[in-house]
Amino acid sequence: MSHAAQIILVCGLVTAFLRFLPFAAFSRRETPPVVAYLSRVLPAATMAMLVVYCLRQVSFASPVTWLPELIASAVTVLSYVWRRSTILSIVGGTVCYMLLVQLVF
Amino acid sequence: MKKQSVFRLALTATAPVMAGYVVLGIGFGLLLRTRGYGPLWALAMSTVIYAGSMQFLAIDLITGGAGLLTAALTTLLVNARHLLYGLSMTGAYRGAGRYRPYLIYALSDETYSLVCHPPKELAEEDKPRYYFLVTLLDQASWVLGSVLGGALGDVLRFNTEGLDFALTALFITVVTDQWLSTKDHAAALTGFLATLLCRLVFGAQSFLLPAMLLIVLGLLLLRRRKGAET
Repeated sequence: MSHAAQIILVCGLVTAFLRFLPFAAFSRRETPPVVAYLSRVLPAATMAMLVVYCLRQVSFASPVTWLPELIASAVTVLSYVWRRSTILSIVGGTVCYMLLVQLVF
Repeated sequence: MKKQSVFRLALTATAPVMAGYVVLGIGFGLLLRTRGYGPLWALAMSTVIYAGSMQFLAIDLITGGAGLLTAALTTLLVNARHLLYGLSMTGAYRGAGRYRPYLIYALSDETYSLVCHPPKELAEEDKPRYYFLVTLLDQASWVLGSVLGGALGDVLRFNTEGLDFALTALFITVVTDQWLSTKDHAAALTGFLATLLCRLVFGAQSFLLPAMLLIVLGLLLLRRRKGAET
């Protein structure tokens, strides 16, 4: 099996595991408090982690390697605060970034 | 209630999600295509994984040659929120019969937001069918969009440099949404600072695993400090 297929299979299995686990384990008994706590706080922590992960190549060596990211991120945040539309902010931020790296910098 | 009207209720409720899934799915398929994986790969990922943000990340894992352990742990953390959805739906899905395995396998974020608030006019005995239709329509839209994106990538020839910012923008909107919806930012800040620290210490290639460990550790310490009120 190719590396790509293995990764897809692992990601799929772990996702299914997480979706089925509560139904298999906690249908009849109490959820352990630490599990309930982690499933409540992990989303916010992980999403913040992923923003940093996505911006991992940013360096402050020259404006070209951080200014487009900063501007496009700001556009994404501000448009979301303004309209609360996920699609609008993703499309807006991405188009802004593409224009910046292709035409400006 | 007639079968048709259950379908109409499901379609009305989930139409916005379907539109969003088709658009975002196209973005996913396009991006995947630019990395050398065509519509069949999009189909495979949208069926086997079926978790939007994880699929975008999986593109990175595949093209970056990530190890299987990294892939498993990343999925575990990124999708840990699904535990929460499952926990809150155990009661509602108890009577879902033959639909139940599919309902659980395809319980995505947006599907959850719909099935946890079924419309009031829906009769109790129609609920399993309603849950099933909403879940199926959502996944069908996502699969359709991602395959379409992969196919479009073959036809359309345009400069895709910078398209991968879609993933960054996706997570930024999620973080912004979570930030606006709560006053308690301890978890988000823990995730942000722990990852930033690991990025500076371990470099851009191998900081994800230590960051995940540090985050779980930090969150557990936070819980102990607050006293186990939750």
